[in-house]
Amino acid sequence: MAWFKRSPWILHYNATSCNGCDIEVIVSLTPLYDVERFGIINTGNPKHADILAVTGSVNEKSRQVLINLYEQMPEPKVIMAVGLCAVSGCVFQDCYNVMGGVDKVLPVDVYVPGCAARPESIIDGMLKACEILEEKYANRNKREKGEEHE
Amino acid sequence: MNTIQEMFQSWGMVERAVAFILLAPLAGGLIAGIDRRVSARFQGRYGPPVLQPFYDVFKLMQKQRILVNKFQNFNILLFLLFTVFSGALFFMGVDLLLTIFSLALAGTFFVLAGFCVGSPFSHLGAEREIIQQVAYEPMVILLAVGMYQVTGSFKVAEIAQFQAPLILYLPGVFAGFLYILTIKFRKSPFDLSMSHHAHQEIVRGMTTEFSGPALAVIEIAHWYENVMLLGMVYLFFGFNPWLGLGVALLTYLFEIFIDMNYARFKWQLTFGSSWLFTAVAGVSNIIVLGLMR
Repeated sequence: MAWFKRSPWILHYNATSCNGCDIEVIVSLTPLYDVERFGIINTGNPKHADILAVTGSVNEKSRQVLINLYEQMPEPKVIMAVGLCAVSGCVFQDCYNVMGGVDKVLPVDVYVPGCAARPESIIDGMLKACEILEEKYANRNKREKGEEHE
Repeated sequence: MNTIQEMFQSWGMVERAVAFILLAPLAGGLIAGIDRRVSARFQGRYGPPVLQPFYDVFKLMQKQRILVNKFQNFNILLFLLFTVFSGALFFMGVDLLLTIFSLALAGTFFVLAGFCVGSPFSHLGAEREIIQQVAYEPMVILLAVGMYQVTGSFKVAEIAQFQAPLILYLPGVFAGFLYILTIKFRKSPFDLSMSHHAHQEIVRGMTTEFSGPALAVIEIAHWYENVMLLGMVYLFFGFNPWLGLGVALLTYLFEIFIDMNYARFKWQLTFGSSWLFTAVAGVSNIIVLGLMR
């Protein structure tokens, strides 16, 4: 049995967000929404994290940081784009310095819409991300077993 | 309770050690789960399930193993090994001094694990861990000295069966031990190197370079350590097992209460205040005991 559904730890990175979505991510940790009841912890360390929650669109400055964070996370890992800017770039997508949504740089698994994304939808996205984590873990096991047979 | 105690006393040393090795992580994990739940309630939150620490450890075991260098795992496994060893010694009823020294050795390996990687955050965490060790170690040794003065033995089994209430002879030592227990349980205001909270801050520094299974090992070692420390609290009330067990649990609740109510101290204050408290409560208690003989 996989246990990722029971204890997903989140790493939050602000790519170029206006802080609206960041505040909502933090709000989901406060007593009113309390995501810790699902075992979710907001870690500050990519090496401990299972889910990378990115807010804001990606630009040249934040691209390399994002890739570094992603590469430091141990498998299985899931990327969650929080808010419209992270999903598609939103109104900034035509700006000369903006590359667009997070999926231009990294393989995004969960898209959480909203400007700013509501805490309810962020929690919903986190739980969706848990299911994908479990799936990725199962696939990794299958792959490893397949390699053993060969 | 008395039948449990009699059963425990009828066991040989190996059986007691095996019982500790098997049961301590269960008890420690459960205590950690209750801790997180109670802490959440203190903050007006609902809190995670009581079995959450076990879920966390199982999950960490399933994560990918990332090693910065090969010495990292070596040190962290020795940390676990010596923590379990010292706990097993304690519950076997052998020498209290040996227990304390092997616990210090375990701590040393933990610090070495923090120093063996390149991350400056990890180094800072390891340095803070050393400061914490220097802060609490004198009081732990005074605990053994005080118990020897009263019971005339360093053997845990004999101290536990001492009929007079140890707490009446050693109130100062108990108070001092309670003070440094906050450091050992890694609770605020003394959680400088590996806090349970504030995962984004420097106080989580010690675990920066540990991921997956290595982090799980640290957590399990912490559970073993907690159970053993609560066992030391029990020793003060060994004359009445029910009272001892009750006070051990109350002590933990008290630590949670302190944890929730204090902001973190700076390392200077942590170090200074623990040595001052050790001197005032612990040393004076032992001097008075010496004068009474």
